[in-house]
Amino acid sequence: MSASALPATPTEGLDSSRFAQHLSQRAYLPAWWLETKKAAFNQFTALPLPSRTDETWRFSNLKGLDLSGFTLPEDPASQIPNHSAFPQTAEIVFSNRQLVARSTVPAELAAKGVIFAPLDEALQNHGDLVKQYFQKHPAQLGSEKFVALNTAFTAAGALLYVPADVEVALPFVVQHTLTGNNVAAFPHTIVVLGPRAKATLVEFFISGGAATDRQLASGVNDLHAAEGAQLTYVGAQHWSRETLAFQVNSIVAERDARVLSLNLHLGGRQARHESNSRLLGPGAHSEMLALTVADGAQEFDQRTLQTHVAPHTTSNLLYKNALLDTAKTIFSGLIIVEPDAQKTDAYQKNRNLMLSDAAEAHSLPGLEIQANDVKCSHGSTSARIDAEQEFYLQSRGINPAESRRLLVAAFFEEVLEKLENEDLHRALTGLIASQFKR
Amino acid sequence: MKPPTELDAPPAPDADALAADPSVENPVAGIDQAVGDFTYDVKYEFDAGSGLNENVIRYISGVKKEADWILDFRLKAYQTFLDKPMPTHWATKDLENINFDKIRYYLAQGQKPKRTWDEVPDDIKKTFERLGIPEQERKFLAGVEAQFDSEAAYSNVKDIVAKQGVIFLNSTEALREHPEIFRKWFGKVIPTGDNKFSALNSAVFSGGSFIYVPPGVKVAMPLQAYFRINAENFGQFERTLIIADEGAEVTYMEGCTAPKFSTSTLHSAVVELVALKGAKIQYITVQNWAPNVFNLVTKRGLAMEDAEIKWIDCNIGSRLTMKYPGVVLKGKRARGEVVSIALANDGQHQDTGAKMIHAADDTSSLIVSKSISVGQGRATYRGVVHIPKHLKGCKNNTECDALLINTNSRTDTYPAIVVRGDTHAVQHEASVSKVSEDMIFYMQQRGLTEAQAMSLAVNGFVNDLVRQFPMEYSVELKRLIDLEMEGSVG
Repeated sequence: MSASALPATPTEGLDSSRFAQHLSQRAYLPAWWLETKKAAFNQFTALPLPSRTDETWRFSNLKGLDLSGFTLPEDPASQIPNHSAFPQTAEIVFSNRQLVARSTVPAELAAKGVIFAPLDEALQNHGDLVKQYFQKHPAQLGSEKFVALNTAFTAAGALLYVPADVEVALPFVVQHTLTGNNVAAFPHTIVVLGPRAKATLVEFFISGGAATDRQLASGVNDLHAAEGAQLTYVGAQHWSRETLAFQVNSIVAERDARVLSLNLHLGGRQARHESNSRLLGPGAHSEMLALTVADGAQEFDQRTLQTHVAPHTTSNLLYKNALLDTAKTIFSGLIIVEPDAQKTDAYQKNRNLMLSDAAEAHSLPGLEIQANDVKCSHGSTSARIDAEQEFYLQSRGINPAESRRLLVAAFFEEVLEKLENEDLHRALTGLIASQFKR
Repeated sequence: MKPPTELDAPPAPDADALAADPSVENPVAGIDQAVGDFTYDVKYEFDAGSGLNENVIRYISGVKKEADWILDFRLKAYQTFLDKPMPTHWATKDLENINFDKIRYYLAQGQKPKRTWDEVPDDIKKTFERLGIPEQERKFLAGVEAQFDSEAAYSNVKDIVAKQGVIFLNSTEALREHPEIFRKWFGKVIPTGDNKFSALNSAVFSGGSFIYVPPGVKVAMPLQAYFRINAENFGQFERTLIIADEGAEVTYMEGCTAPKFSTSTLHSAVVELVALKGAKIQYITVQNWAPNVFNLVTKRGLAMEDAEIKWIDCNIGSRLTMKYPGVVLKGKRARGEVVSIALANDGQHQDTGAKMIHAADDTSSLIVSKSISVGQGRATYRGVVHIPKHLKGCKNNTECDALLINTNSRTDTYPAIVVRGDTHAVQHEASVSKVSEDMIFYMQQRGLTEAQAMSLAVNGFVNDLVRQFPMEYSVELKRLIDLEMEGSVG
């Protein structure tokens, strides 16, 4: 970050005394963890807020990055919304940073060594595993300050570990809900799949209470797929309309591993999502998907990186945004092919569906290629609903509003259909449809 | 008159003010990048010395006998230059290697250089031969007859177009003789503070072409730039302003089609185009600077109602080129186009692209960019497409294709697209590929060597763009590519 950035000042609300209190509540956790948190808090304090000349924040609303006045809630809400009404293996639910519900992993899976535990519990019982994978490959796409803030204050989070050769069909679910005004949440989820393991994790980020509640959320994920593993990660974000949200994803795929990540962005006043896929072994594949419904005056800021480190790796990115009202979206993606990563096949596509005359789409699809025997391309389109398609539907007797709804649904379906799990597919489709019923 | 130091020295490597070694040997591609590096022993009548301060600017302005407002403009620009940071937060750090204190900002030749074709080094002659540049032009390009002898040819062009009312002068003359025409647009398309290098140019500019084409006049022959640039012999900071009045049409070509023999280290031009209602301007550049030149150029056109501006931009030489020709589509139905070819060889970074700023309804823009990276060369496409609020029916189509020749060649693409509203259609596509082995195999099977096959494939890659160039340029361009590709395989 540039020197011209605002000087770093301790953030009111999330200051050192609040941090000391947070730390003292966790004195029973491993020493390395407390040290990591301390270092992170210092880093958070030292790092400046992003400034105008930071390329990774180009086009972002920097004035909206106001962290002052937020507090850490200590009491769970009485009412907790639930989006996870589909068959699942196990679920962990947090409300206002407190663990409020959890279902245990079925005995047969537990016997095989599957671990699905809240972060604090995982730190006590599986500290070495957390230590090994926690921020092993930081995303580093611009939100380092907010990732440090997450590390300093994170408590609500989960570890999913699936050992070698174990396949779990139904998804694991983590729910984070935040209720109240001026409250903050810092979820951190770690998923580790051993060689040839297979699992799905679905994470929900939801605000309870009023849509006008001012909230702060800064979440981080470490997703790791070992040789031949198959990981599906779904993150569905439906924070309040006044939430400042960050979510930073780190995806690592080793030899022949396959990771599919799908992020659904619906809530927030200003929501930034960063995702970095690293393809470390030949045959690794990362499928990066995202859907955004941006309406009102929302700003969605998505930054991605596909890093091809090993030869014979593939990646495919498809980020779709539907823009209504005066909403604004930013997509900034980069494919990096490192010098040895010959035979890379990488694709990146951003499609913006413009549904309003005042909506604003920014697209920065980038490539940095340092090997020659590769197939890399990207595409970006920003356009309204295809008039011919609309006419076709209307000529079949479908009214204008309905034909429009159908075409928007079709726009999203191209992404959703990549999910194998039909129940999950249905749940997400319903969530998106609820955005258009206003 | 100060004794010239750097420029009259023989081409010793340490004469380069930038301490950069433009890798004379090319280990991968086997091309001698230094073919264009030679100098003549020239005595300059006017020399502002090295380094930049207000006195240097006053000196330049004084030599040119400029009006006070121009001197003010220059001095203000100098302040802006000092205030502006280097754009290194997004651009290559190589920019930090420019030492502004070692650069000579103004040199003018008072004497006619007396040189014969025999004095031109053999390798340069050979290069010209292979490029197929006609004898007459070779002499010109070699700098043998840079000044007065070519003035005749230039005058011919000037006489013909003058009959149509076209004004074709250098920047100094134009601002002195026709301030009523040029002052209005001078520095308006590209404000002084646009970037650090446009500010630098505004402070020390000299040379370049100022052209005015009256309403309805269609200039039949392309106006050539290298006459003007070389007329001052040192056109590092040339300033060009072309105004095509309503319904006028003009094509302008600049650059050299052969290796440049310049030890200069920084070339920072500003080119402004103004196409009034219904006018058409086509601006063609073939840039082949020596591999020790920082080529940092700001080019932008303003297209009014129904006007059309097309940049054809070809970058083959230089150490670092940063150039993003732009069009501000100011009037309804205006059209902007950038056609760009870049070839980056060892030690070179071609950071080129386009800017399309839509500012009126129903405007359209097209960007087609093709780059070739050879050896350890790096080609970058950087572009902006901007469609702001409350506009209707704007269209943009962008295509970027990159070809990588060697295993360690590098290419980047950094577009930025901003679209507001639901009545526009914007598309961007980019692809990266290498020459297919099948293609090479097929041609080898037909008796071509691998190198010939590679050359042919590369020419095929850019062929659809090269065809848009005027005949003589396209022929030379193809040969230049052959030359650059030589030894890049095997």
